[in-house]
Amino acid sequence: MSRAPLPYNPKVLELFRNPKNLGKMDDATVTAVAGNPMCGDMITFYLKINEQEVIERASFESYGCAANIATSSVVTEMIKGMAIEEAWKVSWKNVTEAVGGLPSVKFHCGILAVGALKRAIRKYYKERSVSPEWLQREQSFEEKQALEEEELAKVLSKKMKPEEKKC
Amino acid sequence: MVENVRELLKAHEGLEHEVYLDNENSTIVPKEVVDAMLPYYDRRAYGNPTLTHKPGWEAFETIMESAQKTASFLGCSALEEINFTPGETEANNLALIGSTLSMKGKGKKIVISEVEPISILNVTDILQKNGFTIMKIPVDKEGFINLERLGEVVDKETVLVSLSAVNHEIGTIEPIKEALEIVKDRNPETLFHTDASDAYGRILLSVKELNVDLATVSSYKVLGPRGIGVLYVREGVNVEKILEGQIGTQRLWPGVENTPLIVGFTKASELAFKHFEDNVGYMRGLRDRLIDGITGRVSMVNLNGPKGEKRASDNANISFLKCEGEALTIELSLKGVYVSSGSACSRRLLQPSHVLVAIGRKFDEAHGSILMKVTRYHTEEDINYVLEVIPKAVERIRSIVGSTEVKL
Repeated sequence: MSRAPLPYNPKVLELFRNPKNLGKMDDATVTAVAGNPMCGDMITFYLKINEQEVIERASFESYGCAANIATSSVVTEMIKGMAIEEAWKVSWKNVTEAVGGLPSVKFHCGILAVGALKRAIRKYYKERSVSPEWLQREQSFEEKQALEEEELAKVLSKKMKPEEKKC
Repeated sequence: MVENVRELLKAHEGLEHEVYLDNENSTIVPKEVVDAMLPYYDRRAYGNPTLTHKPGWEAFETIMESAQKTASFLGCSALEEINFTPGETEANNLALIGSTLSMKGKGKKIVISEVEPISILNVTDILQKNGFTIMKIPVDKEGFINLERLGEVVDKETVLVSLSAVNHEIGTIEPIKEALEIVKDRNPETLFHTDASDAYGRILLSVKELNVDLATVSSYKVLGPRGIGVLYVREGVNVEKILEGQIGTQRLWPGVENTPLIVGFTKASELAFKHFEDNVGYMRGLRDRLIDGITGRVSMVNLNGPKGEKRASDNANISFLKCEGEALTIELSLKGVYVSSGSACSRRLLQPSHVLVAIGRKFDEAHGSILMKVTRYHTEEDINYVLEVIPKAVERIRSIVGSTEVKL
């Protein structure tokens, strides 16, 4: 059972109650998903990017906890109007700060939100077979963490298959 | 951190109706129980029951009377068989570690089920590290233990079997009598322990009739104060102490007895057993109103655990698909409905409720699960309010999930 009395701050609570930029974007230029239902956090990110490579709009959907919803909401607000290159520089620490801090067990929620954003950006260029100079080849911290979480979930889910647990 | 919690509490100001249903994790202590305890703090029996003065003798008399009453509620006669401990966790630790210590040299196998409470699972983890083999009996989709498998697993090496009488999360009333017969048939020397915390006050259970060797009961699960519980140890069964210190009236637990808590627990038991059939019938009515109300009003829901007579009278555990549990508990809290969830969201990649995984629920079903337990203090109005709040809360959390695919 989830028992830790997570002391979410007022900003997280406010964003949980009234998330910004929530919902599917039908005319999205690019869409990316991060997370896994095993740990209970899954985010879909939608970006509308114009010809000048500026993010016109961003939105999200989240199967996740309050921290996940709040950080996703904040990311979509932060990057609105940003050039893609600028949006790439957003880190999970910026996001955690922007929601006024998170309990440490919830850091990964913010990491996942930024991971979804960076995945979307990478996918945008990949689909266009372009690789801008500033876009590091190596995965960013947030992308790696998102991937690590997903891989770990697969391992755990195999371990937990009932037929293997029987005595 | 505390500032944040203060703000969270502020967000709850002005609630007109509040319904507390998280009785798995803590409960109210009714006024009648608190009133029964109060004199024992400063008016009588506040002495140490092992000492030679009036307040001490009063305490001794009080504790013995409480033990006698508890024995009658548990269906045994000898008050010596009742051992007060500081709670269910401590009683389970004592049962498992204390009995395996006393069975030294008789075998290295312990059998439990996949759906035991954490205080059983975590203790067996320790025992495993100390050379014991732990076998976990699987359960079916409703949480009933596989008796056939139990019969195959118990052998001459098995020193202890521990199976809950009623599952703490999904309310399954387990076939403990049959399980015990199977165990004793395979190996009469194997000790049989049952955590009866969720059975006590909900089903009629006699330890004598069942002939179990050890049984755990928790005070707060019958709306008594926290910090007190019982380990029943059948006469002739040897359990060793697991803590050292000054032994008083409780031969298996050192330290000065907490007389007011013992009194509170006894009072809570009296209230639960006084009109037992009525209490259970009343809770069952509220439980079904809650379960039927939710399944009738909300789409994509599953009841976890059995329906009807084989389910504990207080337990409702429901999975809301496409709805994350932690988010739902917060949403409900803001509306004055207090529940807990089997979601893993409080820790990074902590697995969701092991009970729900054991009955074959998918991860999203486990994450979207809500556990509620009704008490005889709830009213129909309370349940109506919950039924008004839950559909709206689920709808809002589902709107955040949107089209995100959550199947693994």
